[in-house]
Amino acid sequence: MANETKAARQPVISLLAFRELSSLVMLAVVVAVFFFIAGDFLSRDNLTVILETAPELGIVAAGVTVLMICGEFDLSVGSVFALAPIFTASVMNWGVPAGIAFVAVLVFCGLIGALNGFVTLRFGIPSFITTLGAMMVWRGIVLLVTGGWPPEYPPAADPLKMIIVGKMGLVYASLIWYGGLTLLLWILLERSKFGNWIFATGGNLNAARVMGINTGRVKLFGFIITSLLAGFAGVVQGFRLGALVPSAGTGIELDTIAASVIGGTVLSGGIGTVFGTVIGTFLIRVIDNGLIMARAPGYWFRVFIGLLTIVAVIINISIAKRMRRLK
Amino acid sequence: MGENGQLVELTRIQKYFGRVCALENVSLDVGYNEIVGLVGDNGAGKSTLIKVLSGVFPPDAGEIRWRGNPVVFKSPADAIRAGIETIFQETAVVDSMTVMRNIFMGRELVRQVGPFRWLDIRTMARESMAALELVDLRLRSPNAVVGELSGGQRQGVAIARAMHFKTRLLILDEPTNNLSVKESKRILDFIVELKKQGISSLFITHNLNHVYPVADRMFVLSHGNEVGVFRKDQTSIEALTELITLK
Repeated sequence: MANETKAARQPVISLLAFRELSSLVMLAVVVAVFFFIAGDFLSRDNLTVILETAPELGIVAAGVTVLMICGEFDLSVGSVFALAPIFTASVMNWGVPAGIAFVAVLVFCGLIGALNGFVTLRFGIPSFITTLGAMMVWRGIVLLVTGGWPPEYPPAADPLKMIIVGKMGLVYASLIWYGGLTLLLWILLERSKFGNWIFATGGNLNAARVMGINTGRVKLFGFIITSLLAGFAGVVQGFRLGALVPSAGTGIELDTIAASVIGGTVLSGGIGTVFGTVIGTFLIRVIDNGLIMARAPGYWFRVFIGLLTIVAVIINISIAKRMRRLK
Repeated sequence: MGENGQLVELTRIQKYFGRVCALENVSLDVGYNEIVGLVGDNGAGKSTLIKVLSGVFPPDAGEIRWRGNPVVFKSPADAIRAGIETIFQETAVVDSMTVMRNIFMGRELVRQVGPFRWLDIRTMARESMAALELVDLRLRSPNAVVGELSGGQRQGVAIARAMHFKTRLLILDEPTNNLSVKESKRILDFIVELKKQGISSLFITHNLNHVYPVADRMFVLSHGNEVGVFRKDQTSIEALTELITLK
């Protein structure tokens, strides 16, 4: 009898074990609500807008998720997001070929991440503080370098622009990049040795250490990949808008944390999925877009994201409790 | 077994933290197929000594011989590679990870095609279940999250990991702390079972009632100093209690 009850519960347990469940349900509800309010919400043109803008937030959020699973934060992603396209354009304007300039700037962004990681790990400073400082430093440098007059991309940047944000059939290249990077990070986290070390490092640092995992190297990788992806996403936005703005990426550090948390990533580390963050990203973009479609004041955006973040965590905790009872 | 001498010998180990002497010329040895209890009050230096042996801290002076040869463990990974596995009180397992991922943590199995390597999840799952059977731990799935298991089951997962990887010496740091009577008995049974399978244990505890029934020898530490080493037939729980509380 007991076995029969357990067997009957199994599908429910399997469904609840699906970590992206709560964010997926929230996304479906939000889409349905906006479709009800604004009929054009699901039109092809509007979906194209959402799909074109989501990769910028999503790519940064994917890196932030990896770092959060390691048990760390990076508040400097918005500044790196602004810095990368401006530095790329500046280097190109010196006559450096677009591809080389792009790779050099990505390496530079990776070095910013490495510096964040080095300072955090070497001096034992909370990453929240290190990257808060880095956020101000790099934003200040962007403003200093541009002097309020950001550079423009030279015509030689066009082929690179095509590769990064050009239209590829039905979709934009940025969406393909986003999909590819998400898949790569999923493989890294779920199917590689290093991924297991990332979860172990964030889940219980000392346990990971005594099992011989080089937790410092794992965290350093998290910082590097986060800055590198923030830089890449910044270049994506720079090419999409065709204009470089020193204030780009302001607030994105909190949006990416929200996207990760809504998608099931835990602030204390050790738990998270990149696919959950993809759903969190689309949820944020859908709300942003839906409010415009519904002609609601833009101020509502922050209200909704704040509420959703809290609701998502409450739902995730409730699901975990329910699962324990069912088991 | 054809093995002479001791499995591990620590000779005149010293460890200082700044000016504080945590261990002063402490010597300890564990034989093949032997259970040694390491006992002492809080602050006796038990944890420091096992951290030296497991590669967490380097000693300031002294020598470690492993299976007769002098060794230097620069990290826990060195000690694990040699065959010494430590189950620390709070760091035995990662609660947020599955049983399978905990068992293979740091020693994951991979499949490789050309330059590409990925986790061999199927084999890891199968071997995890086999490892759990070694300690008579029956879980429905290797994908059970460790945080949802009882304290005894968690220790069981860590012990199963040590057995699976053919550890020669298992160091257990207060393994029965915060466990129920039933679960404590289960852990003690595991330790006896390990000995039958040729795995020696160094059992660190301040609960003499737990260690005395299973240990072959007792090693007493107090304030970073060696108080004595006793075969079980040479001592009693009362005598050991007196030694621990004397200084």
